[in-house]
Amino acid sequence: MRRFFWPLAILALVVLVVAGVVWGAVPLSARAIAAAVMGHGDPNTVAIVRALRLPRVALAVLVGAALGMSGGALQGSLRNALAEPYLLGVSGGAAVGAVVVVSLGLASPFVLPLGAFAGAALAIVAAIGAARAAGGRADPRVLLMAGVVIGAFANAAIMVLLADAPADTVRGALWWMMGSVAGADWTQVRWLALYTAVGGAALLAMGRDIDLLALGEESAAGLGVDAERAGRTVYLVSSLLAAATVAAAGLVGFVGLVVPHMVRAAGLRRHRPLLVGSAVLGAALVVSADLVARVAHPPADLPLGAVTALVGVPFFLIQLRRFA
Amino acid sequence: MIRFSDVVVRYPRAEQPAVDGVSFEAGRGAITALVGPNGSGKSTLVGALLRLQERAAGAIAIDDASLDSLDRRAFARRVAVVTQREALVFPLPVREYVALGRYPHEGAWRAAGPADVAAQGRAIGLAGIEPLADRRTHELSGGEWQRVRIARALAQGGDALVLDEPTTFLDIAHEMAMFELFARLAHDGMAVLLVSHQLNLVARFADQMVLLDKGRVAAAGAPSAVMQASVLEPVYDWPLVVTHDPAVGAPALLPLRGRGP
Repeated sequence: MRRFFWPLAILALVVLVVAGVVWGAVPLSARAIAAAVMGHGDPNTVAIVRALRLPRVALAVLVGAALGMSGGALQGSLRNALAEPYLLGVSGGAAVGAVVVVSLGLASPFVLPLGAFAGAALAIVAAIGAARAAGGRADPRVLLMAGVVIGAFANAAIMVLLADAPADTVRGALWWMMGSVAGADWTQVRWLALYTAVGGAALLAMGRDIDLLALGEESAAGLGVDAERAGRTVYLVSSLLAAATVAAAGLVGFVGLVVPHMVRAAGLRRHRPLLVGSAVLGAALVVSADLVARVAHPPADLPLGAVTALVGVPFFLIQLRRFA
Repeated sequence: MIRFSDVVVRYPRAEQPAVDGVSFEAGRGAITALVGPNGSGKSTLVGALLRLQERAAGAIAIDDASLDSLDRRAFARRVAVVTQREALVFPLPVREYVALGRYPHEGAWRAAGPADVAAQGRAIGLAGIEPLADRRTHELSGGEWQRVRIARALAQGGDALVLDEPTTFLDIAHEMAMFELFARLAHDGMAVLLVSHQLNLVARFADQMVLLDKGRVAAAGAPSAVMQASVLEPVYDWPLVVTHDPAVGAPALLPLRGRGP
């Protein structure tokens, strides 16, 4: 299984990326698309390919890669098979930020991601601060509980904010919460690429620390890791990475939870290969979910977050046998 | 060698310090047993050694270096600690698990070299887990898992080994095999510091016993000196007699029936 993982995962990603560029509302020949990618041929085709499809697929790749790595790092360092950024308040905080921005009537494509990111960052800082104040030291359970509770608070806050909001605001907020890469542009792609590169590199650099954190804080300390500091750093970096994806594409659930389990099932257990594998598989999952989202029910796009969950849930149910 | 000098550890909001001025030395080539009732400060002392518990006062030295002067990885190269509990959420093949013991030498980036592979092989041999090496951690019995954990600690390559109640859940054969292993490691020159509730076994295997009571050293010395009813009874707060085991000649403790109905 392990031997075939890399060729298969990379092949799947490449095929899906090509399909993501070729497949769309306007049927285009493969030759026309190939020419358009290089900037030749019919200007309309060039515009569709270079301004719509390529950034959309690129954004899907980045969102999936970032969420996959974030989930893999959090599961290992918090020693919890259920840990993922969305469980830990990142999505709730981001949604509060977005709803606040929308209800203030500032929902421009520039301000909305900033609001979402600020909300997510606030939730992360609140969770880490609460865990520190509780004196949990290196105990990952305290951090986990703090994150879950902050998330619950954020969800309640959203309901309060939306309770007497105008219908437009509710619709806009809901639509954003369902996640999408449909409106992708190159600016978004560049920003998320920067975040994913920096955050991903930081997590990979801590790969061996995460291997030891997964043994528990006492054993990690005995093997030379400052478990409290390393655990907090991994939590902060992975959550911010997820927050950046939320700012770029809204809430795309389940990727961070399910992808690392798929990679582990393929036999990758040390965290450095596990994180890289989760990035590749996460990218493949989100690109394929976006394909389904745009061709399943034309001309409307299905919400991306719903599709990833629809794909993820059956897989997770099969995986339950491994935990039983 | 691990030396504790007047170590004091205080938990926040606790009235009494959990460890209150403990001094003793676990020397090379010997088994030092740390015994005492539940809550007497044994595991807190291990926590202080791992710097998970802050010392309020006192000093800990590894050979001639003070603990505070060693960074965590340098400490882990000299002293390996097998903590009381460890359960993996995500199972690993035994070989990969033992290989984690080389982290203090490899750090974040260096790939495993011949010295690391040799150390792993030696650790697997010393702990006697060759037949388990291709299994996975969640398939092991309690006794096998403890052996595998000790192999990981031995792979760290230091000359001091700290074990916190390593035989708690083991049956007689596995427990005896474990104590024989500790004796062999001490004979080969390691400093073995063993936290245990198994007073009778400790009395047979340890070179030195340190009895803790409410965070202080109540008695220390050769097993024959510590294994006295007059010493143990007030500490454990239970009537007991100490006899001599006729078969092996070691002091043997026998708790008496309760004082109640």
